[in-house]
Amino acid sequence: MKETNHSHGRTIAAHVLLIFLSFLCLFFFYILIVNASRTHIELQKGFSFLPGTNFLTNLRNVMNDANVPVFKGIVNSLVVAGGSAALSTYFSAMTAYGLYAYDFKLKKPAFMFIMMILVMPTQVCALGFLRLITGMHLDDTLIPLIVPSIAAPSVFYFMHSYMQSSLPLSLVEAARIDGSGEFRTFNSIVMPILKPAIAVQAIFSFVGSWNNYFVPALVITTKSKQTLPIMIASLRSADFLKFDMGKVYMMILIAIVPIIVVYLFLSKYIIEGVTLGGVKE
Amino acid sequence: MREKNSKKKTVTYEKWGYVFILPFFASFFIFSFLPLLDTVRYSFYEYYRSGLKEIGPNFIGLKNYIELLATDLPKYAANTFILWVIGFVPQIVISLLLASWFVDARLKIRAKQFFKVVIYLPNLIMAAAFSMLFFTLFSDTGPVNSFLVNQGITAEPIRFMATVGGTRGLIGLMNFLMWFGNTTIMLMAAIMGVSPSLFEAAEIDGCNPTQIFFKITLPLIRPILAYTMITSMIGGLQMFDVPQVLTGGSGNPDRTSMTLIMYLNNHLASKNYGMAGALSVYLFLVSAILCFIVYKMMNVDDPDGSKAAAKKQKKLAKKEARG
Repeated sequence: MKETNHSHGRTIAAHVLLIFLSFLCLFFFYILIVNASRTHIELQKGFSFLPGTNFLTNLRNVMNDANVPVFKGIVNSLVVAGGSAALSTYFSAMTAYGLYAYDFKLKKPAFMFIMMILVMPTQVCALGFLRLITGMHLDDTLIPLIVPSIAAPSVFYFMHSYMQSSLPLSLVEAARIDGSGEFRTFNSIVMPILKPAIAVQAIFSFVGSWNNYFVPALVITTKSKQTLPIMIASLRSADFLKFDMGKVYMMILIAIVPIIVVYLFLSKYIIEGVTLGGVKE
Repeated sequence: MREKNSKKKTVTYEKWGYVFILPFFASFFIFSFLPLLDTVRYSFYEYYRSGLKEIGPNFIGLKNYIELLATDLPKYAANTFILWVIGFVPQIVISLLLASWFVDARLKIRAKQFFKVVIYLPNLIMAAAFSMLFFTLFSDTGPVNSFLVNQGITAEPIRFMATVGGTRGLIGLMNFLMWFGNTTIMLMAAIMGVSPSLFEAAEIDGCNPTQIFFKITLPLIRPILAYTMITSMIGGLQMFDVPQVLTGGSGNPDRTSMTLIMYLNNHLASKNYGMAGALSVYLFLVSAILCFIVYKMMNVDDPDGSKAAAKKQKKLAKKEARG
């Protein structure tokens, strides 16, 4: 009797804390939506828990703002994040397959090397990276934000673990006997098997790249080539108070909504992916 | 025909291994390894821009390294560490609590999946946008202050971003919100990896939930806790977006929220290549040590059982992948 009471109390405590934390997680976004639907003057007057009626006006104002080309920013972010997701998943799967399915002299050192750089911060080589792309005349373009994603150690690790559990080598052998070339085997037999892993990792790299701020801010100088995080950060300037606050909230909303929508549809797979991958910084 | 094929096998297929891993290594070599070497090289040069004039590069040995230590670098290192601790301590405590609750079958937690989805959500939000949102919400004339003043809770608006505690607290809060869901899910997997018979035995022997948590759960997931801490430290070392946007790159008040990467960013933006190089090398050394610990945990023989933990995690992953 006493024990059931005890676990009953703990159940209540658990729910209280969970509801509080969930409230904390969601409340800020609720306020963001409310504020994005109110005019600058309404926002100046004070705080409200109820949404206003100017959501579409704010959206139109943001989209038509000549100083901050948001639409361009969305397109640039989509290109960079989409490109990175595609390259990192395809080439990291390819690397994982190379180290999983073949035996060669440098196999073990190569694997160990990737494990060593698995959690290495990219910032430490930012200086050399900037000078390299300037030397290649790729500064102020989107290319240096996309192409380096070919080498994505965390995606590699995930793919490699996934292959160990769900890609029998006998399948590869069978394909060989049937006369399939190595690349064809990889593209038309291995890749379809990896689909679930690719989907999860594509989402993670898309999100990571969409949110990335440090490198793009150093690489991009022209306004029309800016990605969304740079635009958001540039709102935080000295004459911040002169901005139309409705527009500021709307821009923040635009930057985070696509990710939230994707997440709500795929949350189950994403959360499973967190557990599976084990190594997200 | 077939025989010929199988004879060729070892020779031919070995080549394919290299072909498949080539793009990855080529890309890493060009975009990470060469830049790293270049960074190290510049750390030994006097090379900066003063106005429109470029000075250097002149070889000056270790002077950049020594000079850097005399600047505010130690202070920024301390800032980074403090900011990390403010976010990490509540994060690990709450995550441990939530993970053990989620896994505990005796607690009838409803809508588990819903809670998991919600607490993980902030992890996917653009840090720059999240920080900008906090900046506007907590600004002197922002919604939080207007609420506090209107309700008569405070007479004057609280100037959150003008105080050290306020700024650091907000950064810590953001880091906490962004990462506790992720950590909870990781620790849940760790606790689920512990054999259920151990919990059952402890219960039969009359352990209460607190004893089970401290005497069984905690020691058994210690390796994964350590792993979580080290990876979080590596993340903390890279802290940039949140404090950069919140303080507009200044790290104010009085540069008490200036992190190491913000400092690096300043040097890079002002094209002070020598100093940026030396700072990068310092950062590289610290993260290399941390990376090596992670590497040891995931691979090689490990006396404290981290290897077993990594294996266990892998096994668990496999089990889940099989469905």
